Amino acid sequence: MMSAFEYAPAPQSASVVDIAPSYGLFIDGEFRESADGKVFKTVSPSTEEVLSEVAQAGSEDVQAAVKAARRAFEKWSALPGAERAKYLFRIARIIQERSRELAVLETLDNGKPIRETRDADLPLVAAHFFYYAGWADKLGHAGYGPDPKPLGVAAQVIPWNFPLLMLAWKIAPALATGNTVVLKPAETTPLSALFFADICRQAGLPRGVVNIITGDGPVGAELVAHEDVNKVAFTGSTAVGKEIARTVAGTRKKLTLELGGKGANIVFDDAPIDQTVEGVVNGIFFNQGQVCCAGSRLLVQESVADELLESLKRRLGTLRVGDPLDKNTDIGAINSAEQLARITALAEAGEAEGADRWSPACELPSSGYWFAPTLFTGVSQAHRIAREEIFGPVLSVLTFRTPDEAVAKANNTPYGLSAGIWTEKGSRILKMASKLRAGVVWSNTFNKFDPTSPFGGYKESGFGREGGRHGLEAYLDV
Amino acid sequence: MSSAPTATAPGAPPGGSPLADVTASETSLRRYLHGLPGVDAVGLEARAAMLGTRSIKNASKAHAIDLAISMIDLTTLEGADTPGKVRSLCAKGANPDPSDRTTPKVAAICVYPDMVTTAKEALAGSGIHVASVATAFPAGRAALDVKLADTRDAVAAGADEIDMVIDRGAFLAGRYGKVFEEILAVKEACGTAHLKVIFENGELSTYDNIRRASWLAMLAGADFIKTSTGKVAVNATLPNTLLMLEAVRDFRAATGTQVGVKPAGGIRTSKDAIKYLVTVNETAGEDWLHPDWFRFGASSLLNDLLMQRQKLSTGRYSGPDYVTVD
Repeated sequence: MMSAFEYAPAPQSASVVDIAPSYGLFIDGEFRESADGKVFKTVSPSTEEVLSEVAQAGSEDVQAAVKAARRAFEKWSALPGAERAKYLFRIARIIQERSRELAVLETLDNGKPIRETRDADLPLVAAHFFYYAGWADKLGHAGYGPDPKPLGVAAQVIPWNFPLLMLAWKIAPALATGNTVVLKPAETTPLSALFFADICRQAGLPRGVVNIITGDGPVGAELVAHEDVNKVAFTGSTAVGKEIARTVAGTRKKLTLELGGKGANIVFDDAPIDQTVEGVVNGIFFNQGQVCCAGSRLLVQESVADELLESLKRRLGTLRVGDPLDKNTDIGAINSAEQLARITALAEAGEAEGADRWSPACELPSSGYWFAPTLFTGVSQAHRIAREEIFGPVLSVLTFRTPDEAVAKANNTPYGLSAGIWTEKGSRILKMASKLRAGVVWSNTFNKFDPTSPFGGYKESGFGREGGRHGLEAYLDV
Repeated sequence: MSSAPTATAPGAPPGGSPLADVTASETSLRRYLHGLPGVDAVGLEARAAMLGTRSIKNASKAHAIDLAISMIDLTTLEGADTPGKVRSLCAKGANPDPSDRTTPKVAAICVYPDMVTTAKEALAGSGIHVASVATAFPAGRAALDVKLADTRDAVAAGADEIDMVIDRGAFLAGRYGKVFEEILAVKEACGTAHLKVIFENGELSTYDNIRRASWLAMLAGADFIKTSTGKVAVNATLPNTLLMLEAVRDFRAATGTQVGVKPAGGIRTSKDAIKYLVTVNETAGEDWLHPDWFRFGASSLLNDLLMQRQKLSTGRYSGPDYVTVD
């Protein structure tokens, strides 16, 4: 009898997805090369293999895409809500039908484990389209007046951490409310958006309602600055968000920003320890910690700190790091070399400033971009790793003694996107939640998403809400 | 269990349990059990669901199937049991697949006390243990004297393992001391036989209760904690087994004493059994991946494991007529 129970590799076949050697821009219902013929490569973060070549949009392409969206807006916005809903429902169903293919694609392009794309990303993507499809013919009952009007052309720029999910968060409410869209996915993860373009065609969506342009930051900047855009929606880093805010300031464009975070996960001494450990793991190691609302600061009550840390370390020892296409992988690759360098630098800063660094014994693959799950103890509010968003699998552990101290420390950040509370005491949950300056406060859970639930930030985490009834407001003239 | 009769891990504190004062009085016992960390049902079930998605294939699957077979307490607990039925079950336990002699034998045959002699004779020399449900199984609604007599009877007939039920009525009424004393008394009556303590999780109803029952039984000296009798609507589930595995893991960390876990009732397929093994592996750890520390209380599971085993070796499903019915 074998003494250990080793799991054999259980790779999801990549053959369910057919990636073309090159992709164009999706403008006015058609794929086309960029005007100046420029392309860039997109690679698999876990192997560094080139997956495909994608068109690099330029000024002319931005003009063409906005023009197509403007043309389409007239007819699209004039459709009865129930008609728009039909298209959205159709898109949602096609996403479900093609979910395995899209999950594999996302894993290849992003590096996140198939377990997450299959079990978290894709079901949520479909759910968002279903949810907003349901709103399309009921906008008069959403609380924004009897007949709220769409804004026009929405310029949407999304990040690389949840490429398809962020696309769904942006496109579904925009279309449901009658807007048309020009969306720019992140440079490192353009593929799922291009597959989505194909889904729009499959669903028979009228030309120009959704346009996808691919490229780097300057293209995004040009898009949001375009004078014929009525609405700008951005999810990404706070630095870029500030630039966009400056660009948009003084124009009539409506703006929503969903930016960085440094979420506090607060554990009281009466917390359900085993589930708290799971929640802390999910809070910071979900998607390799590349989550804006990650619970990257663990605030644990001093009296249970040792016990919790011991459990947490034991649990980290069972995390399986490696090939993201393996169905048993918990932690996949970091999205890019650039991001890996950023995480590495911040972790080194943590050590240099005197915090204690710990990682479980785990072997990292030799090619690709990898970072072992990492825990810092002995962290104080003054350390960089307690203040700056790392956007990687790095948890900073701080302690507190009283609820007031926990609130003070949790709120002592330029950000305010998420927070978590772990306690068996219901009254404490309510009291804490009302004092925490964060857009989402999870209690006895973390990183739970649902299309019906609004999401957004305080302070430097941005403004505006996505999801739920609140998410409609960002795309309506109210 | 045969190879590790003293359930003590290295590093155990010398000279008695470090939690001795916990059981000093009903009050201290209650305070301790109610001071255990709570269980968040949503989180527990989510974790169990996640463990259930592990993909076990090829070599891992072959290993898991053989391990699962070797962990089975092959069980018949019917009013209609006859010596003939018990003898054929014993024959099956010793030689589960007549077409493949490399198939491991099961851990134990589990019967009512009056069948222990029959089973013991049938299993002579096989190395398979005889487990017996005693203590007025399954309801446990009898005087302590009766329960102890039931236990002594089974042990005298040769039972190697006793599966006792706790007094759920006393537990739910908060009379932890009574439950504790009963387990102590039965443990005493077991002599050298190993004691498995059955909670009937479906009747305990909350996860907090299951965690408290786990600690209570371990404090009283249980060698194994067992989910259920198999006689009620809710028996073993992945979440309640996960919870009990957390309890034995924490108990060993606190006292140095290792206790086994036995889910029973309702585990019928290889796929389910493998999910339990994954849960053992990732919760308590590989120290528990052995028939000494983990058992399946099951009757129909074995045939599914055998069919899966045949499929792995031949590449085909041969169907239920290629395994024996009992």
